[in-house]
Amino acid sequence: MSAKWALFFDVEKCAGCQNCFVAVKDEYVGNERAGYFAAQPATGHVWFGAKHRERGPAPFTEVAYVLETCQHCDDAPCLKAATNGAVIKRPDGIVIIDPRKAHGQKQIVDACPYGAVSWNEHSQTPQAWPFDAHLLDEGWRRTRGEQVCVTGALMSMKLNDAGFEQKKREGWRELRPDLGTKARVLYRGLERLETIFVAGSLETEQGGVRDCVQGARVELIRAGAVVASATTDAFGDFKIDALAPGGAGALRISAVGREDQEIPVTLDRSISIGRRIVPAT
Amino acid sequence: MAGFRDRAAFPVVLWGVAQAMRAAALAFPAFRAKIAERDALVSIETRDAGVGRWYRFSRGRISSGAGPADRADVRLLFKDSETGLRLLTPPMRHFDYINAIKMFKLDIVGEDEATRWFTEIASLMMTAHWSFGENLSNGETRYVNDTNGGPVFVYVKDAKIVRMTPIEFEVEEAAKGRWSISARGRTFTPPPQTSISSHGLSNKSTVYSKDRLLYPMKRVDFDPNGARNPQNRGISGYERITWDEALDIVASEIRRMKTQHGNGAILSSHSSHHTWGNLGYYLCSLFRFNNAIGTTKMVINPDSWEGWYWGAMHHYGYSMRNGAAEPYGQLEDCLENCELMVFWSSDPEATTGSYAGLEGTIRRLWAKEVGIEMIHIDPYLNSTAAFFGGKWIQIRPGTDPALAQAIMHVWIDEELYDKDYVATRTTGFDEWRAHLLGEDGTPPKTPEWQESETGVPASVVRALARKWGAKRTYLSCGGKGTTFGGANRAATGAQWARSMVLLMAMQGLGKPGVNFGCLQYGTPVDLDFYFPGYAEGGFSGDVEGNAVAVSLYQRMPHLISMNSVGQRVPRLRIPEAILDGKTEGYPTDPRSLERQFAKFGYPAPGHSPVRMMFKYGGSHFGTSMDSNRLAKAYQSDSLEFVVNQSIWNEGEVPFADVILPACTNFERWDISEWAAAGGYSYHNEGQLNHRVITLQHKCIEPLGESRSDFQIFLDICKRLGLSSYFAEGRTELDWCKMMFEASDVSRHISWRKFLKKGYFVVPAEKENLRQKPAYRWFAEGRKKDVPEPHPLPSEYREKFGYGLQTQSGKLEFVSSSLARANDPERPALNRYIPSWEGVRSTELLAKYPLQLISPHPRYSFHTAQDGKGGFVNDIDEHRMLVDGWYYWVARINPADAAARGIEHGRLVRLFNDRGAVICTAMVTERITQGVVHAFESSAVYAPLGKPGESADRGGCINQLTPKRFQTDMTNASAPNSCLIEIEAWDGKTEIAA
Repeated sequence: MSAKWALFFDVEKCAGCQNCFVAVKDEYVGNERAGYFAAQPATGHVWFGAKHRERGPAPFTEVAYVLETCQHCDDAPCLKAATNGAVIKRPDGIVIIDPRKAHGQKQIVDACPYGAVSWNEHSQTPQAWPFDAHLLDEGWRRTRGEQVCVTGALMSMKLNDAGFEQKKREGWRELRPDLGTKARVLYRGLERLETIFVAGSLETEQGGVRDCVQGARVELIRAGAVVASATTDAFGDFKIDALAPGGAGALRISAVGREDQEIPVTLDRSISIGRRIVPAT
Repeated sequence: MAGFRDRAAFPVVLWGVAQAMRAAALAFPAFRAKIAERDALVSIETRDAGVGRWYRFSRGRISSGAGPADRADVRLLFKDSETGLRLLTPPMRHFDYINAIKMFKLDIVGEDEATRWFTEIASLMMTAHWSFGENLSNGETRYVNDTNGGPVFVYVKDAKIVRMTPIEFEVEEAAKGRWSISARGRTFTPPPQTSISSHGLSNKSTVYSKDRLLYPMKRVDFDPNGARNPQNRGISGYERITWDEALDIVASEIRRMKTQHGNGAILSSHSSHHTWGNLGYYLCSLFRFNNAIGTTKMVINPDSWEGWYWGAMHHYGYSMRNGAAEPYGQLEDCLENCELMVFWSSDPEATTGSYAGLEGTIRRLWAKEVGIEMIHIDPYLNSTAAFFGGKWIQIRPGTDPALAQAIMHVWIDEELYDKDYVATRTTGFDEWRAHLLGEDGTPPKTPEWQESETGVPASVVRALARKWGAKRTYLSCGGKGTTFGGANRAATGAQWARSMVLLMAMQGLGKPGVNFGCLQYGTPVDLDFYFPGYAEGGFSGDVEGNAVAVSLYQRMPHLISMNSVGQRVPRLRIPEAILDGKTEGYPTDPRSLERQFAKFGYPAPGHSPVRMMFKYGGSHFGTSMDSNRLAKAYQSDSLEFVVNQSIWNEGEVPFADVILPACTNFERWDISEWAAAGGYSYHNEGQLNHRVITLQHKCIEPLGESRSDFQIFLDICKRLGLSSYFAEGRTELDWCKMMFEASDVSRHISWRKFLKKGYFVVPAEKENLRQKPAYRWFAEGRKKDVPEPHPLPSEYREKFGYGLQTQSGKLEFVSSSLARANDPERPALNRYIPSWEGVRSTELLAKYPLQLISPHPRYSFHTAQDGKGGFVNDIDEHRMLVDGWYYWVARINPADAAARGIEHGRLVRLFNDRGAVICTAMVTERITQGVVHAFESSAVYAPLGKPGESADRGGCINQLTPKRFQTDMTNASAPNSCLIEIEAWDGKTEIAA
């Protein structure tokens, strides 16, 4: 069983520097390589880039970037949509849209459920990131994006099927497993974008002096049961994270020497209950 | 005897010269081409005994005979045979030539162009056989270059750039540059390659930009001998002209200015940065040129240093760093000892230490790995906060000094400061303490006192102060650790930077784990290895305008140069100088704490007002405040001539009468060290994980008819008889070699090898010689032991090498230097004085209720790499494409957006009385409610109506910012004190509401 290329993207490690985006532009704009790719238009196309995502209200807001690119699917919809053998799956796992054979085949763009194929108006060809195959074929060990990524968010690796499956067991997963395309780009940390948090800050006031309440216990109650909890930090902040969105519940706040409070919350998206004074008993 | 021998030997050497030239012409096409450029008769002779030889160049052939020629086009005159023999016998040292010229022992006579041609031939004889670049098996050649965002390999095929990548070190280079740091049981080693920022990596797109200027041009309705139509600058179109026509106009205008108006009439206006390289940088070629013709000097305000230069240094010194702190040896100290890192208006992930790629990012990840807690104080959840996480404390712009005072109040109240340090290392604490506690009749500066001002909850301030007071803390104020950061570029900027020093004074600056910084600096690279940074001025010889006299001049002898014109204009008052005919300023003069107080006026006594502008480099529309003023100034008839030398057609270029197209650094020769700025930011290379010195190969020929800046200046000089003075008979590559020889690189690698390979990694410092942590010497009361040649010797107070630059030699809670300055807005005791345009501007807030902050951009380097049809335009956090136009991005809080009916991705108009800018809205929780965030430094200026009087859709946010200085007795810009309103754009092109 020969090894195949796979790309790994760690959401937690992406700083959003966009070096990978620029590197891929640099490689494909103004260049062309028969059998691999036609030149990318100077502007407009995104073949490879980290998309800015935001989660939750201030000051608990989190930022994450998610790589958007050709997933080099083992069961690629674009390959099925193409005629004339315009899209090929190489033995090393890389999906290539042949620029000459794919001329005029706009259905290849529409076939990609990830929106990763761009239409080149000028050359009338569908285009996607070809995994820098021409460079790998010349002996490059890393893809352009990985070469300029200092945080380790991007890794390209050649693995046999067992190794690839092992990665999945280690927590790497497809962006959209529901699509069933068997993508060769795997992600880690997507949970952050699929779940929600409930956050807030607790403080107290005594004689005009306000203080954060540290060490208070905050419990999320749903259907009468405590489903998650957190403890406030030195800033009085708590964040109950990794919750499945939907439904409603209540927060029970208990702190030593304070009255317990219960606050109803709706959980359709990440929320903050803001700054809340916890009165002394 | 020696004289007799020399007389006998000299004719032999002269015969040898002819033989050598013939041999070179046979072997090298470049030499052959140079010889064939013109016909000429050259005579080399001595003044004493008539020894000499003639050389005739005719259609590329060389003939020669004994004896001097009578009617030579070029005469090379040596005083005597001894001089001639010495100068023409290897090794030939430029030092000997310079001395011979200065002592009148060597002269070259003839038309300037002919003499220049002959000296180039002489130079080419030495260099024609040089080769460079690595040929790869796939037909590509790999060259080396350097950018504002990091060094690059440049792959070229068929004379076209294929790609650029960071430099992955060869095994040998990697091994000598390698180092490790051990801290808290872990060992860290940086990867063996250079890193790069997005703007550095995007250079291919701007080399081949659709906006490249490829030919000299003249405004269609500009006639140097007739109607000049200055009122049409920025409006009329251009026609292509030849280089000869363009250069003739520029040279004759320079002559006319000097003969008709006198000294001062020519203003040199330039950007604060340029394409990378010690020769190409403005401090070299441009300053050499300016000094050759005599220009009114544009005084740069320390833009990103404002609060530090005008404020902080009065409490702890560091004038030579414009008020920035010493940046040494912190990596090991921080990783081992620091427990908390407070980022205050500090976004190193966006500002990347100006030129340092992502070097600091790598080390901040180590800080995260060892568990150092991070806190971020900023109105914007900036890139650093977003990536590294930690508590985000939202603050209203311009109110930061109030928060700082409240923190210190808590420390005093709860005794959470270093009393011993305060007692022995500082002065004036009792007075400061009394002020904070309200014992001087002012309100006590409690957390509750500051809340209504800053918007930071009192409880959060108390929690922050306690945490900080209990933990060994690094304070990163601004992206470099000190300097940068929006808070120092506001009306309260000096107050804020001063507060930062006082905070550290209370916590024991220099003790283990207590320092300024965010690991942007302080790596264990060898800083004693000499290579000149750009502010050492290359071959400029400009002993007044840059740091050439400090180290480089002695190592690379060349002619010094001085500007004879004594007139100055502050950069941010160019419009007033032109429109009002008078203005005034305060200097950026880092020699002492006091020199900044020396006010100067314009026009200077006895000088001509400015009548011509020579504009060079990036646009000021995006970078100078209230910049609609500039458009109006350009259209003034008091400005008789404007020439713009630029690579791209953008910004100010369409306001010129004549346009001179320059090429990029990929199309010319240069030499440089990555990130090395010389005196502008001394030891700036201390940000790097590996010091990398590059020979910047000429990777491709200049596009179109564009020429290198050096060449353009030289070509103008030729017409003024100044070309030998300008270039000293040397080519750009000659100067590269001379700079190489002047540096320590030449002791490690041969010129030919360096030229071929293109880069050199400086060996890492020996472990037992690594720099000591900054301020440790001060905290321990020892002699200064960091490798910083500052302050000047006379600035030490009791004994050289001991204590700080302040008058007391200590950290001063109440500043001695400000006490004598009598600036009512900068009192010696750093009182909180609310911003003149901010949260207290009740009347203006009713009209313009939103505070605008405009920090340095993340994805472009000021105007560099922005616009131009380049790659970064497609980054949607930089610009967004709407209806075929790339609009600048403005960030607005969801509540503010909802109240105005503004949706994400829609076009909006940001406006106030000063201007209007059309942007795309990015609706985000990352920006505090009541605040709008849009980066400064758009390269594109695209007024929708009359320039200076209509809305701009290019994205020049600085059209909105005030021209007012932080305080009257400074030139400190304050763009982050700015109130605006924002609305969904309905197509309106006017400025008014």
